[in-house]
Amino acid sequence: MKARYLLPVTVFLVIVAVFGLVLYQINQGRNIREVPSPLIGRAVPQFELPLLLEPEQTFSSEQLKGRVSLVNIWASWCVSCRYEHDLLVQMSRDTDISIIGINYKDERADALKWLRDTGNPYEASIFDYDGRAAIDWGAYGTPETFVVDQQGVIRYKHTGPITEEKLRDEIMPLINKLREAGDTA
Amino acid sequence: MIPEIGHFALVVALFMALVQTVMPVVGAYRGIPELMAMGRPAARAQFLFVAVSFAMLTLAFIENDFTVAYVVQNSNSALPIEYRISAVWGAHEGSLLLWVLMLAAWGLAITIFSQSLPEHFLARVMGVMGFISVGFILFILMTSNPFDRLIPGATDGRDLNPLLQDPGLIIHPPMLYMGYVGFSVAFSFAVAALLGGRLDATWARWSRPWTTVAWLFLTIGIVLGSWWAYYELGWGGWWFWDPVENASLMPWLAGTALIHSLAVTEKRGAFKSWTVLLAILAFSLSLLGTFLVRSGVLVSVHAFASDPERGVFILAFLVVVIGASLGLYAWRAPNVYGGGRFRLFSREMLLLANNVLLMAALAAVLMGTMAPIVLDALGLGKISVGPPYFDAVFVPVMLPLVILMGIGPLVSWRSGDMRPVFKKLRVVFIAGLVVGAVLPLVTMGRTTLMVAAASMIAVWAIFSSVQYLRDRLIRRPGNRGLSAGVYGMVIAHAGVGVFVIGATLSSAFSVERDVHVRVGDTVRINDFAFHLEEVKPVRGPNYHSDMARVTVTRDGEQVAVLTPEKRTYFVQTMPMTEASIDATLFRDLYVALAEQRGEDGWALRVYHKPFQAWIWSGPLLMALGGILAASDRRYRTSAKRIVQTRRRSAVGPVVREAKV
Amino acid sequence: MRMVLVFILLFLVTARVAGEMTLSNPEDEQRFNDLSKVLRCMVCQNQSIADSNAELARDFRDQVKEQINEGQSDAEIIDYMVERYGHYILYRPPFNMATAILWTGPFILVVVGFVMVVRTMRRQEQSQAGTNTRQQARLRELLEKSADFDDKGG
Repeated sequence: MKARYLLPVTVFLVIVAVFGLVLYQINQGRNIREVPSPLIGRAVPQFELPLLLEPEQTFSSEQLKGRVSLVNIWASWCVSCRYEHDLLVQMSRDTDISIIGINYKDERADALKWLRDTGNPYEASIFDYDGRAAIDWGAYGTPETFVVDQQGVIRYKHTGPITEEKLRDEIMPLINKLREAGDTA
Repeated sequence: MIPEIGHFALVVALFMALVQTVMPVVGAYRGIPELMAMGRPAARAQFLFVAVSFAMLTLAFIENDFTVAYVVQNSNSALPIEYRISAVWGAHEGSLLLWVLMLAAWGLAITIFSQSLPEHFLARVMGVMGFISVGFILFILMTSNPFDRLIPGATDGRDLNPLLQDPGLIIHPPMLYMGYVGFSVAFSFAVAALLGGRLDATWARWSRPWTTVAWLFLTIGIVLGSWWAYYELGWGGWWFWDPVENASLMPWLAGTALIHSLAVTEKRGAFKSWTVLLAILAFSLSLLGTFLVRSGVLVSVHAFASDPERGVFILAFLVVVIGASLGLYAWRAPNVYGGGRFRLFSREMLLLANNVLLMAALAAVLMGTMAPIVLDALGLGKISVGPPYFDAVFVPVMLPLVILMGIGPLVSWRSGDMRPVFKKLRVVFIAGLVVGAVLPLVTMGRTTLMVAAASMIAVWAIFSSVQYLRDRLIRRPGNRGLSAGVYGMVIAHAGVGVFVIGATLSSAFSVERDVHVRVGDTVRINDFAFHLEEVKPVRGPNYHSDMARVTVTRDGEQVAVLTPEKRTYFVQTMPMTEASIDATLFRDLYVALAEQRGEDGWALRVYHKPFQAWIWSGPLLMALGGILAASDRRYRTSAKRIVQTRRRSAVGPVVREAKV
Repeated sequence: MRMVLVFILLFLVTARVAGEMTLSNPEDEQRFNDLSKVLRCMVCQNQSIADSNAELARDFRDQVKEQINEGQSDAEIIDYMVERYGHYILYRPPFNMATAILWTGPFILVVVGFVMVVRTMRRQEQSQAGTNTRQQARLRELLEKSADFDDKGG
C-alpha cells in the first residue's frame, strides 16, 4: 500500500532526471533548435536546373554521383553566408573536394556580382530561382551544407554557417572516410 | 544610488525570509511560542523590503537610469510612462522580482487574514512560505540581478520588446503571477498539515478561500494572455497550445481539481490525502512552468532569453521544494485515514470523476508539452505537438467533464438517489439538446455533427446550472437567502458553458481571408464588405506606422470603421501588426494589415469570427464565480467560530466529522 | 542572445518576396487554411506556417497551394513535407513506439482512475456491510439536517 504514496515523488524524480539530462546536453553545447534531416542516408532529390554562370546549361542530380562532394546552399542576400564564405574559398583552393553551390532565391546579377567580389569556391552553382529545389533538399535556412557520397547519398547536413571547428572535426574527417571507402570498393 | 538601495533592500528581504523560515518552524518543533510568533513580523518585514526593492527598480525605469543594465535592455527614453513601468516585468529579471513581490504579498495576506489559525499551524505555514521566498530571492541575487550596473552607462536604452508595448501586457503578468504564486498558500497549508501530522477537514476549510482566490487570478491572467495573443499577434488565434501557454494551463487544471476536491474534504472529510497531493501538485506545476519558461529547455514565442545556469538553479530548487514535499507526502499520507463513506451515485463520486477527468486532461497537456523535450533528449527524434494532438486528446477528456458538471451539484452527498435528480433534469436535458442543436443552425445557418454535440453539451451546462439555482431557491430552508458560494458555483459553471459555445462556434465557423488588395478594393466575407479606404503614415511616440482605414458595410449600411496598423518601432525595428477589431456579442470583425506589396498594394488578413466574445466572457464568469465563492460569509464566520472553539477546548478546532 | 541574432540574420534578411499563389475555389482555400495550421514553420520559435510572416513560411504556403492546385490530397501534401523535413514539421505527432504513451496515456489514465475509484468503493462497501442499520438511519438523518446549511457544493 505504501508504494502507492511513493508514486508521485517517483514520477517527479523521473521528470527531474529528464530535465537534468536536457540541461546537461545544452551545457555540452547542444543546440536544441537543430532539426536533424530525414534525408541523411537517402539519395539526393532529383533535379535538373540551369547553372548560374552558364544559364543555357543545366545541372542534374545524376551529376553529383561518382565523387564525394560538398553541397552548399547560399544566396547573395544571406548575411550569415558571408561568415563561411572565406572558409569555402580556402577549401576550394587547398583541396580537390568539389563544392557544388545551390544559389537560393537570388537575382542572377546579384549572385554573379557576389561571386566576382568575394571569390567563387564553387565547381558549379545551380540557379534555384524559386527555391523549390531547396525545399526538396529539406532546407529551411541559408546557408546549409551537405556532404554527398560517390553514390549520390546524403551523408551529413549542417544548418547555418560552417565554422573552422566544424570543418576540421566533422566535415573533413567524414569526407576522407567516404573517399577511402570509395577507393577500396 | 537608487539601484543600490533596491539591491540592498532585497538582501535584507532575504534575511527576513530566512528568519521567517527558521524561527517559526524551530519554534513549532520545540514548542517555543516566542519563536513561533516571529513568523508573522518577519513575513511583514520581508514584504516591506521586497516592496522597497521593487519600487526602486520601478523608479530606475521611470527616471530612465541607463546605468542599470536591465533598464538599458528593456526601456528607452521615448517609451511612454505606462510602458516604462510595465517594462519592469518585461523580461526575466524584473518579472522574477514581481514573482517574489507577489509571494511576499500573499505571505502578508496570511498574516492579516489568518489571525485565527492555531499557532503551530500558522508557524509552519509561515516557515514554508518563507522558504520559497528564500529560494527565489537567492535565485535573483545569484543569477538574475536586475540592479546590475552598466559601466559606463548607455546614452539610451534598447527599448521594450514592441510585442509587450500593449495595454493587455501591463496587467497580464501581474494577474498570472498572482495566480501562480497564490497556489503557494494552499501548498504551504498542505505541507504545514503534513508536518504537523494532522490532516483534517479544518485545513481544507482554511485552504479553500485562498485556493479560490489564487485560481481566479490565474483564470483572469490566462484570459488576458489569450486575449493579447488574439489581437496583438495578428493571426486571429486565441490559443496556440504553445508550451508557455500550457505552463499556465497546467496549474489551472490542477487548481480546478483542487477546488473541487477541497469541497469534499471540507464537507465530508473524504479524499484527504488526495486533496493534499493536489495542493502540492498545483504549486509544483506553477514552479515547473517557471522552470520551463526560464531555463531554455524549450522553443517558444514567449520563452525568456535564458541561460542554462539559471535552469540548473531552478531545477535544484524544484528538487528541494517539490521533492521534499512529495517525500513528506509519501511518509505521512499513509497514516491519514478515510473519512465519510459514500455510494457509487453521490456528490463525492461525481467530484471524484471530475478529478479523474481533470487529471487526465492535465496529463495530456503535460505529456504534450514534455514529449518533444523528452524524445529529443533521449535521441528518439524531433517531433512537434500542437493543436491536432490536443484536439484529439484534450477535448474528448474535457467534454464529458462538462456533461457531469451539469449533474453533480444536484446530487446529494454520500448516497444520492438517481430518480429525483433525473426528474429535475429531464426537462433541462431535452431543452439543452434541442437548443444546443438549433443554436448553430439559427446563428450560423449550418452545423456539423461535432459542432452540434459540443453545442448541446455547452447549452446543457448552462441550463442545468440555472436549474440547480432554481431548485435551491425553491428548497431553501426558512426562506433564507442562498449563500454567495452557491451563486459563485452556478455562475462559474454557466461560464464553462459560455466558453464552450464560444470556442466551438468560433473555431468551426470563423472565416479567414488572406488577400492582396489595393487602396479602394473591397473584400467580402459572408454579408460583410471590407473596403480599404486609405493607408496613411502615422507617427507614434516611439514608432512610425502605416495605418489603414477599412470601412465595413453590411447591405450598404456602415457597420464599423477599422484602423489596423503596421508599426515599426524606432529602436527594435521589427515590424509589428496591430489588428483592429470590432467586437459585438455575436461576432468579431477583425482586420490585420500585413506587408506592403508594391505602390499602394497591401496584404490584408480579414476575419469574421462568430461568438468570439464568448471565449473571454466564459472564463470571466468563472472568475466572477470565484470572487463570489471566496467572499462567502462562511469563511469569515467560521474563522470566528474556530477562535471561539479554541478558547473553549484545548484540543484544537473541532472537526465536523467528529460529531457525526 | 547571440543565437537569436544569428537566427534573425539567417532568416529575416531575404532578397525577394514570394509570389503568393492563388487558389481557385473556397473548398481549396479551406483545405489550405487547415493544412497550413498543422505545418510548423521550421525557423520560427513555435508557429505554424499560417501564423508566421517569415520568408520560409511564405514559401511553404506557396508550396502547399501549388500542390493543392496540382490536385494532391492532404495526406500526399503532408507526406511530401514530412519526407523532406521530418516529423518535426507536423504538429500532429506520429503514432509509434516512442509516442504511444503520449497518444494513449490520458485515456489510460481515465480508465485506471475510474477502476481505482470503483475498487476503493468496493472495499468501503464491504467494510460498511457490518455497520448496524439503525446507526445508518441515524447517520442519514443527521446528514439531511446538515445539508440545510451545506450551501456550497462543488
